Amino acid sequence: MRHIMAESLARTDGIRDYMAAQEKKSLLRFLTCGSVDDGKSTLIGRLLSDTKQIFEDQLAALERDSRKHGTTGDDIDFALLVDGLEAEREQGITIDVAYRFFATPTRKFIVADTPGHEQYTRNMATGASTADLAIVLIDARQGVLRQTRRHSIIASLLGIRHIVLAVNKFDLVGFDKATFEQIIEDYRQFSRALGFQTIVPIPMSARYGDNVTSRSANTQWYSGPTLIEHLETVSVDEAAIELPFRFPVQYVNRPNLDFRGFAGTIASGSVAPGDEIVVAKSGKSSHVRRIVAHGGDLQQAVAGQAITLVLDDEVEVSRGNMLVSPAARPQVADQFAANIVWFDEHALLPGRSYILRTETDQTSATVTELKYRVNVNDFAHEAAKSLEMNEVGICNISTRSPIAFDNFADNRTTGAFILIDRITNATVGAGMILHSLRRAENIHWQSLDVGKHGRADMKNQRPAVFWFTGLSGSGKSTIANLFEKKLFATGRHTYILDGDNVRHGLNRDLGFTDADRVENIRRVAEVARLMADAGLIVIVSFISPFSAERRMARELMADGEFVEVFVDTPFEECARRDPKGLYARALNGEIKNFTGVDSPYEAPENPEIHLKTLGKSAEEMVEALELWLNERDIAEDQYDSGGGI
Amino acid sequence: MNIALTHLQRLEAESIHIFREVAATFAKPVMLYSVGKDSSVLMHLAVKAFYPAKPPFPFLHVDTTWKFREMITFRDQMAQKLGFDLLVHVNEDGVRDNINPFDHGSNTHTHVMKTVALRQALDKYGFDAAFGGARRDEEKSRAKERIFSFRNAQHAWDPKNQRPEMWKIFNTRIASGESIRVFPLSNWTELDIWQYILQEDIPIVPLYFAKQRPVVERDGMLILKDDDRMELRPGETVENRLVRFRTLGCYPLTGAIESDADTLEAIVGEMLTARTSERQGRLIDRDEAGSMEKKKREGYF
Repeated sequence: MRHIMAESLARTDGIRDYMAAQEKKSLLRFLTCGSVDDGKSTLIGRLLSDTKQIFEDQLAALERDSRKHGTTGDDIDFALLVDGLEAEREQGITIDVAYRFFATPTRKFIVADTPGHEQYTRNMATGASTADLAIVLIDARQGVLRQTRRHSIIASLLGIRHIVLAVNKFDLVGFDKATFEQIIEDYRQFSRALGFQTIVPIPMSARYGDNVTSRSANTQWYSGPTLIEHLETVSVDEAAIELPFRFPVQYVNRPNLDFRGFAGTIASGSVAPGDEIVVAKSGKSSHVRRIVAHGGDLQQAVAGQAITLVLDDEVEVSRGNMLVSPAARPQVADQFAANIVWFDEHALLPGRSYILRTETDQTSATVTELKYRVNVNDFAHEAAKSLEMNEVGICNISTRSPIAFDNFADNRTTGAFILIDRITNATVGAGMILHSLRRAENIHWQSLDVGKHGRADMKNQRPAVFWFTGLSGSGKSTIANLFEKKLFATGRHTYILDGDNVRHGLNRDLGFTDADRVENIRRVAEVARLMADAGLIVIVSFISPFSAERRMARELMADGEFVEVFVDTPFEECARRDPKGLYARALNGEIKNFTGVDSPYEAPENPEIHLKTLGKSAEEMVEALELWLNERDIAEDQYDSGGGI
Repeated sequence: MNIALTHLQRLEAESIHIFREVAATFAKPVMLYSVGKDSSVLMHLAVKAFYPAKPPFPFLHVDTTWKFREMITFRDQMAQKLGFDLLVHVNEDGVRDNINPFDHGSNTHTHVMKTVALRQALDKYGFDAAFGGARRDEEKSRAKERIFSFRNAQHAWDPKNQRPEMWKIFNTRIASGESIRVFPLSNWTELDIWQYILQEDIPIVPLYFAKQRPVVERDGMLILKDDDRMELRPGETVENRLVRFRTLGCYPLTGAIESDADTLEAIVGEMLTARTSERQGRLIDRDEAGSMEKKKREGYF
């Protein structure tokens, strides 16, 4: 391509004409996926090479590298063009997605070369999330494999509707037509439920170039397109512009008092000055006054454009809200069902709190119910208590505050979210919303006349939740009981929630798996919150080994109400005391998942109160607690009276 | 109604979205300004993203003290013209030890005066997000990098353990001391950059245009003798040749190409018929295989 162009470009007009033509080219984003060693990277190398995208110095480097790391004998190993990380070249595998760019006279392409190993599924999903078409590679000798299925399911869940079935390494099966037809049949059978609009099978050899950019003499019986012919002509138009207007507000631009612009990227539809819009979460309406842009206001803007809107009225809008078409509004709910793809080595646990992020909104979320896990081999819905890394499941999700969204099937931009771990900040999962749950729309918080403060004032105290955490046998219950007695004696209204007692009633249905421990804590935290709301001083005495759950409990309570008390007794001392004989049994292997023995205890890093019990009496510990409580109440009284005057 | 966005409009929108996302979610962002053509495009996009306001972050230039003189002049002109907040950082330890590309080689020079200097500057100001102009089409380890690329408290990149990056939903959460490198031009190609410069009439350093310049042929590259610090080796002579630069860095490490392209149109024309990649003119990429990845893991952009 480069060489043909040289002559026509000799003149300056040539350049301008050429650029005008470039501008009219459409863009196709696709990925290559499939199992390990099916030849994904080789195919991309072949595409880049055959479309003349490889420079001479790169080719020279490739020849050098092929001799050093190559797996193709004396031939050039095209995979080394895309496997850009040292670890990948050394191991001869693809670890992360590589993005490559090429163009033909009719179209531009961004291709994501994604890894085949199950371990790196999250990187395949990364590449698939921005693609409109997937090339699923199949080794003609192997047929449809587990990873072929997993990748096809994920591609389908992420909204990809167009598949090229690249039946590769066809030279190794003698270009046999029957093999080709069998693989097509297998794939069509399996993918029937995945909702693909087009599946185009092509027999090819990426290594030798058969049917990649030129028709192969070895497959005379094949009358379909070559890969490049298909990629150049396939129509993947999603027509986001035809959908109702959606404008997630990303940034409020407020350089001075006279200007307030809402900046963001139009997710779907179009907008023009004068249009009526509605603020999704509040239902307030206004009109678009201007579409502000550098170099002059716009008269219209469409899906995909990053713009700044100025409205007619001073309506309350901030990042995370959405400006939408009044005629077709998104849903606003705090409970919905979604497909989840899980990325993290720590499993998804129902009840655990995560951060949920849509394109611009962020809130806390918990999975209230894991309805089922999808078996990637046969689509069977399997009951599950957790979702492990690379698994796919359907969940009900509850968010702390409502979000505005569309179903993912209707809008790929406003129906998607990610989940983030609160402690590591890792992106642990991706979600595609199926539908809102009716109960979220119908249940509204009761606004009550008698408030928390009134209830607490009547008891002449301030509510608090003392959350005792520590190993079994560390002395939590002993200290908690003595603390309650002291408080009771001074006229305070208290209640103790004790691990063992709650497990006999409210939580009798829960066991000791990680998932059940999380749910156990969630319920106790909710009960503690209700009690604090009733004005009580609550003392929770629970091993509560995971910092994520303690943090979740903390976030349920009002500021300053949650008091984390770390009852810090060394493991050896707890095991020595062993008041219930549990350590002896756990160390003998009779009790499984015992904290400190074969289940971890994550010590608090910044507890409000840190009680080191070794060599101290329970009375001394309780004095420290009372001192803390009195100091807090004095400080808050001062603050209150200061603020009141 | 059918108004398809052009290719450049799409790229522009994506970059603007990224700029705004950072401004909305980070406490102290900065834009790394390297004075080259990609930085010029980046700066232009930043202005567009926040118009009518100014970009709500400063621009940082890490000066190795070996940049072309014309780059420094251009940098100061741009800062004045656009009125942005320009920070310049030099690794004073390196200056004291007289670290330079001639005596210490490109590897040591780049590490001390660029990578270490950058880490110093980020720590000094406590920036939590830094924009860079890197593109995925430049080099094969860059092709692997996320748009929002996580760095630990030591500024290191862990290429084997990158955060998944789904749709346009970016995970901008970090702990104290950690940071994110952000690449708004990830999906642009070299050709896109030139076409955009042409379309938007973006100012660039004159070194990109062909002109008679005093050059020395050394190690198969044409090095511009930009000042007296470059001493001639036996047998070397300074010749005036018609040359230009495809990419700009430290002058002793950046090879010129023989060219008569003295307009943007001519540059685009030349690019379309080029047989070698732009980084071919960069000495630092050739030191060893995987050298870019190694530098990036240590904190280089």
